[in-house]
Amino acid sequence: MKEYLDFEKPIVKLIEKIEEAKKKGNEDKLKRLENALIKVKKKIFEKITPWQRVLLARHPQRPYTLDYIERITDDFIELHGDRRFGDDLAIIGGIGKIDEFSCVIVGHQKGRDTKEKLRRNFGMPHPEGYRKALRIMKLAEKYNLPIISFIDTPGAFPGIGAEERGQAEAIAETIKEMSLLTVPIIVVIIGEGGSGGALAIAIGNRILMMENAIYSVISPEGCASILWRDGTKAEKAAEMLKLTALELLEFGVIDEIVKEPLGGAHQDWDESARILKEVILRNLKEVIKLSKEEILNERIEKFRRMGI
Amino acid sequence: MARDYPNGLWIKCDNCGEILYKKTIEKNFFICSKCNYHFRISHKKYIEYLLDDGKLEEYDSDLETNDPLNFPQYKEKLIQAQKTLGIKDAYVYGLGKIDNIQIVFGAMEFGFIGGSMGTVVGEKVARSFRLATQLNIPIIIVCTSGGARMQEGIFSLMQVAKTSLEVGISDRKGIPYISILTNPCYAGVMASFASLGDIIIAEPGAMLGFTGPRVIEETIKQKLPEGFQKAEFLLTHGFVDLVVPRWDLRRTLIRLLNIIWRK
Repeated sequence: MKEYLDFEKPIVKLIEKIEEAKKKGNEDKLKRLENALIKVKKKIFEKITPWQRVLLARHPQRPYTLDYIERITDDFIELHGDRRFGDDLAIIGGIGKIDEFSCVIVGHQKGRDTKEKLRRNFGMPHPEGYRKALRIMKLAEKYNLPIISFIDTPGAFPGIGAEERGQAEAIAETIKEMSLLTVPIIVVIIGEGGSGGALAIAIGNRILMMENAIYSVISPEGCASILWRDGTKAEKAAEMLKLTALELLEFGVIDEIVKEPLGGAHQDWDESARILKEVILRNLKEVIKLSKEEILNERIEKFRRMGI
Repeated sequence: MARDYPNGLWIKCDNCGEILYKKTIEKNFFICSKCNYHFRISHKKYIEYLLDDGKLEEYDSDLETNDPLNFPQYKEKLIQAQKTLGIKDAYVYGLGKIDNIQIVFGAMEFGFIGGSMGTVVGEKVARSFRLATQLNIPIIIVCTSGGARMQEGIFSLMQVAKTSLEVGISDRKGIPYISILTNPCYAGVMASFASLGDIIIAEPGAMLGFTGPRVIEETIKQKLPEGFQKAEFLLTHGFVDLVVPRWDLRRTLIRLLNIIWRK
């Protein structure tokens, strides 16, 4: 399986050469190649298109929620099940420590290989996933712990069981309850913010977004197929939807863009996690100073301002 | 969709194909006398059918979108819908009475870009709940929508959050909220205020759900079961309290309000 995007080809070629030079111990060549790599990455990324961001947000090598949790937390215990129907593996949740902060963490979870992808249902939750996330977030309220929520889903799963078990109700209820919690909530869109399926666990005091993540009411493919009955015009739709971090920051829909290592988060998971942890903690320290009432009101007013 | 021949005397039922005398159907709340199919009707009809004297004191009727994404061809679409329907966007709300009980009443208009929720619908729904809370009166909303309005992008998605949050706030203040689901209601609207009523009523046969049936079929490559996503299906699965025919909606609301509000 191809593990890189077409426009990344020059980067991948150079990385291969660098590996070769490393093996041969050719220091001069190594240095030259490493400089060339930075140049090539800069060149590609300075005029990156919205569609390329979509591809990066879905990159097969991009770190997923558990990859970040592993690197950011000192301890993490995953909790399972919605106590009603089952345990949806497309959403994970648990309690953990980030430095001195005990917290609750929830997030969408995609799978890396085919088997894992199926097990995680490609990061597309069923109602029980949202109900699990809400159950665990209510523990945060009970224990007075802040919540960190990682967003990375193509959308809520469109299926028979999902409808039978109330996909719409599960999303609505989760949003409603999440918005009324009185603990700090930090949301990070790490990859794909796919419509209602993403929003369901994205009601925060701070909405952070990784540089190459996307957040949209509809996928570019879906938009193109509605507008032109042609899903292949997604590239154009990606521009029209204004789904990149930069555009959403301008709109005031997100609060901060989290920098990624040059070339994208998948180029260096550890560095991505290091940067993300720093930004999460800085935001958390700000919100945690507020009283419960202030935390709630700040979040309510934030969403009241969105739109008109 | 109901194919209405404005100048003709006859309407064809979309469900059973029966040719129906228009005047009879009008008297029958636009319900097919043969198969009980509920024709899609405008928000104005719901105001007429449900409120005392068919009267609504409308609020914020001038609120208009500013096309936040500057989305191609959206302005034209808006102007067209506004001209045809005489409203600025897909949701109308205000104060009305049912059996002399003052309520906030809102109704969506499917004819206006598929009843989709953009910034104006979201804001007006939010204001409806705030008005009910402020006056401490019940709120009733007739829902019908294809979902969030694509042309307003992320701002439409944020209305899903905004409206759900307002339901939550009014709920904590003890404001009764009755949601009436009519054909069709999907996606962003079903995944927010439509599904959050204390009491949820659906019209018979209404198509209701999160994802539309065609997308589900394409995704899972399976034929959908008979009656999938119909109001009766939601009743069986526990997501609707009552399936009530249109001719009995007003009487049902009167009974409900008299029990929960006039005590």
